[in-house]
Amino acid sequence: MKTKPNHWKKQATSWAALLPMALIVVVGYLGTVLWTLKISVSSSRTFPTNDFVGLTQYLRLFGNDRWLLSLHNLAVYGVLFIAATMLIGFLLAVFIDQKVKGEGVLRTIFLYPYAMSFVATGLAWQWMLNPEAGIQHAVRKAGFADFRFDWIADQDMAIYTIIIATVWQASGLVMALMLAGLRGIDGEIWKSARIDGIPAWRVYVSIMLPMLGPSVATAFVLLSTAVIKLFDAVVAMTQGGPGIATEVPTKFIMDHLFGRANIALASAGSVVMLLTVLALVAPYLYARSHATGYREGA
Amino acid sequence: MSHSTAATLRIRKLPSPARIGVYAFLISAAAFFVLPLYIMLVTSVKSMEEIQLGNIFALPISFTIEPWRAAWSSACTGVACEGIRGGFLNSLAITIPSTILPILFGALNGYALSFWRPRGANLLFAVLMMGAFIPVQVMMFPLVRILAMLGLFSSLPGIVLVHLVFSMPVMTLLFRNYYASIPQELFKAARIDGGGFLRIFFQLMLPMSVPIIIVATIMQVTGVWNDYILGLVFAGRDNLPMTVQLNNVINTTTGVRLYNVNMAATILTSLAPLTIYFISGRWFVRGIAAGAVKG
Repeated sequence: MKTKPNHWKKQATSWAALLPMALIVVVGYLGTVLWTLKISVSSSRTFPTNDFVGLTQYLRLFGNDRWLLSLHNLAVYGVLFIAATMLIGFLLAVFIDQKVKGEGVLRTIFLYPYAMSFVATGLAWQWMLNPEAGIQHAVRKAGFADFRFDWIADQDMAIYTIIIATVWQASGLVMALMLAGLRGIDGEIWKSARIDGIPAWRVYVSIMLPMLGPSVATAFVLLSTAVIKLFDAVVAMTQGGPGIATEVPTKFIMDHLFGRANIALASAGSVVMLLTVLALVAPYLYARSHATGYREGA
Repeated sequence: MSHSTAATLRIRKLPSPARIGVYAFLISAAAFFVLPLYIMLVTSVKSMEEIQLGNIFALPISFTIEPWRAAWSSACTGVACEGIRGGFLNSLAITIPSTILPILFGALNGYALSFWRPRGANLLFAVLMMGAFIPVQVMMFPLVRILAMLGLFSSLPGIVLVHLVFSMPVMTLLFRNYYASIPQELFKAARIDGGGFLRIFFQLMLPMSVPIIIVATIMQVTGVWNDYILGLVFAGRDNLPMTVQLNNVINTTTGVRLYNVNMAATILTSLAPLTIYFISGRWFVRGIAAGAVKG
């Protein structure tokens, strides 16, 4: 049995240790979000002002072509990036799972891009895709004078180059997660599937994939956060161009915060992003909080 | 269990067409994944004349180390021509404290949350976990103002503090989950022996935390080293990390682009995280899985 003063001392010491965390939560997270919310309903330009203009900035935001294009790009990017990364990552995991030789080497190769920064890989891809110096140039010099691969300089196609580069970077991550999931599934399934004469691909699609639910969910959340964060790769590869063809919300916000001195509009943009994120992760967090014990021993 | 794969059930003497297909797929996929690194490497040791001749896939005819030297010490970033050497040192200066402090605080938080469980701490932790999902842009301007008020904006302590803020959710979660797997009896025994808060932490828990500290270190070093946006905004002109300087070298150059120097600079920037990745292997993967559970 603890005595009362001892109990208080215990509470006080542990709270003292948690003080930095409490400060970061209250000031760093809650405080900054509320502050941004407040700026987004003001008429602030370079410096925050204390007036209240209601939803004016939000209306202005959704009347802004560049913002609308940014949202459109992010939606296109998000759907294609997640779908392609998931598919390639899953295929790589399944193929590696076939008891192949050199599994370690293959895994290392598929995952190494993930260790690099988006800036570095973006710059490498930018160069390879550059029509005057990269792949197009090389193929033309090799004798195919009519060869065209200039997506990065094409307004309609540039966004796809960013998808290619980031899919290349992130597929290994999905592979690693899926492979870990596959290795955790009971081998008995294979025996019973063979007795029933079910082909291997059907086992993967109809039995394994549903059982990989937690790995799929984890990969989905990780990739979604990467989509929302998309900034470095765009800056490194296209800087939003050609023209404004590859603008994304993060870049819109950063430009208006620091380049165009319109912090209220930028703040409205970031609040919209925050709401989008919350709408996306709320179901996941809800499911997680109800799946008791899951991940407790990670 | 770990050997439960499809192939165990269909072992044959000769490779079947299916086996050949499996290897064909894996080898072509591997080629696609290696290609960019290969192109970066060969380009970085070619002369500009050779690059203009045209085949980015070809091995260098005459090998030169000059682009690497230029990238390191004389490439221009728009303002000065000092290469990205300075960026390397800045990244080092940012990464070391931005790894040690978040791990220390993460471990302390996890320890307090798992064993001391002060009233209300779980609510605080839940809010922190929600914070992991907030896009950095939402917090950016207020953080700039707060740091400016503290006199820390555009300074080394400022950028370290920002990294501490943004990495706290994941680091806390990592250690909290790790400590959740340690029996409470161990902690209670230490309490009965008269151990205080800090003594149990430093003498009992930290020495037991080596595996998770390794995972956390790998995550933090690669994460901080690869960061671009926070360094760009918060580090200040004298502390710009390597990623920012790399982007400046490549995207602000006027005139002829020195692709060989650019590629050498890109590889130099990626060298630290790649080295960690190649050395740490499975530990790196553990970090991904651990980081994945945020929220």
